[in-house]
Amino acid sequence: MTMDTPKNKVNWHLFHYAAPSTFYPLAGKAIPWLMTLAVVLAAIGLWIGMAVAPSDAQQGDGYRIIYLHVPSSWMAMFIYIVMAFWSVIHLVWKTRLSALMAQALAPTGAWMALMSLVTGALWGKPMWGTWWVWDARLTSMLLLFFLYLGFIALTRSIDDPDRSDQAGSLLAIVGVFNVPVIYFSVYWWNTLHQGASVSSKGSSMAGVMLAAMLLMSLAAWMYSIAMTLRRVRVLILQREASTRWVQELNIL
Amino acid sequence: MSPRRKRMLWVAGALLTLALVAFFVVNAFRENLVFFYSPTQIVAGEAPEGRAFRIGGMVAEHSLQRQRDGVTLQFAVTDTDKTIEVHYQGLLPDLFKEGKGVVAQGSWDGKVFTATEVLAKHDENYMPPEAQEAVNKAHQRAIEKKAVQ
Repeated sequence: MTMDTPKNKVNWHLFHYAAPSTFYPLAGKAIPWLMTLAVVLAAIGLWIGMAVAPSDAQQGDGYRIIYLHVPSSWMAMFIYIVMAFWSVIHLVWKTRLSALMAQALAPTGAWMALMSLVTGALWGKPMWGTWWVWDARLTSMLLLFFLYLGFIALTRSIDDPDRSDQAGSLLAIVGVFNVPVIYFSVYWWNTLHQGASVSSKGSSMAGVMLAAMLLMSLAAWMYSIAMTLRRVRVLILQREASTRWVQELNIL
Repeated sequence: MSPRRKRMLWVAGALLTLALVAFFVVNAFRENLVFFYSPTQIVAGEAPEGRAFRIGGMVAEHSLQRQRDGVTLQFAVTDTDKTIEVHYQGLLPDLFKEGKGVVAQGSWDGKVFTATEVLAKHDENYMPPEAQEAVNKAHQRAIEKKAVQ
């Protein structure tokens, strides 16, 4: 490959980090930092949420599950958007790493969606009086969980890497339209689920409660990035097992 | 056209088509996917006849009456315009309160809504009890001020 023309030089910088052999050690260095940050942020967030923040006027102390429920729900929706983003990149530029990024994100997204559903059910029983209702918000969130599972099943069931990447990318892109449906469901339809407490118009939560929730969300971000990088490293090793740089790592 | 350019166009086209499909599906659902009906809709005859559906609104102030057995009760659901009487036998969720949101499943005979399940619908505000008290007081003052004028 020749990299000497000026036009290629710009591309070289971008693709330099997209090359699995460069990305692999870089990700490895970032993971411990991200994990430490996640633990510290979660510890502070939980402390503020459980000990400092006051109880709620309507729901007493039961509302405190919000510190798990909202961050995991946000994360589940956001991860899917990121997955779709990498899928578009993969379909257009055929970059190797982008499809792997989407596949590495999916399990964390699925866990976040499941956590959102479970904490929501635990919250719904004492407050609403039911574990589950088929309203638009809950149903579209369940669909998101199934989209994640479908994506994981699809990509793992096709042996040929190229076809697997392509099929997964298509599914991720098709499913992304569910995300705005989840988000706006509480405004578009009559739902048992209440509207958003935090939106572009501001927040309808007391400041301390909001601070704890945002800290927990940041912790969820750090955790998700760290887990995704760990997973993408494994996927890189699997795909590149026969290359010289992987064999030179002496870990297989 | 370079192959990459071509793929980009394909993906853009597919995305656009999908967005349109999603838009129409959601639009169709918007009309039909109803979790509950408001008292106004029910009085206007928009609720399905002859099968169970849900009513949603606020529990009207001072409308809750319990029989001596403690689980047979009646209350009124209002959307401030129309009000519907609801009969129910069973346990109420903790958040059930007069002046707060409620969603009840059951059937409507044209006069009384007989509920089989009552759920509480709470709002998106989270604040400490003291703040809630201050809000209530301010609200009360605003009402009194309006009444004086």
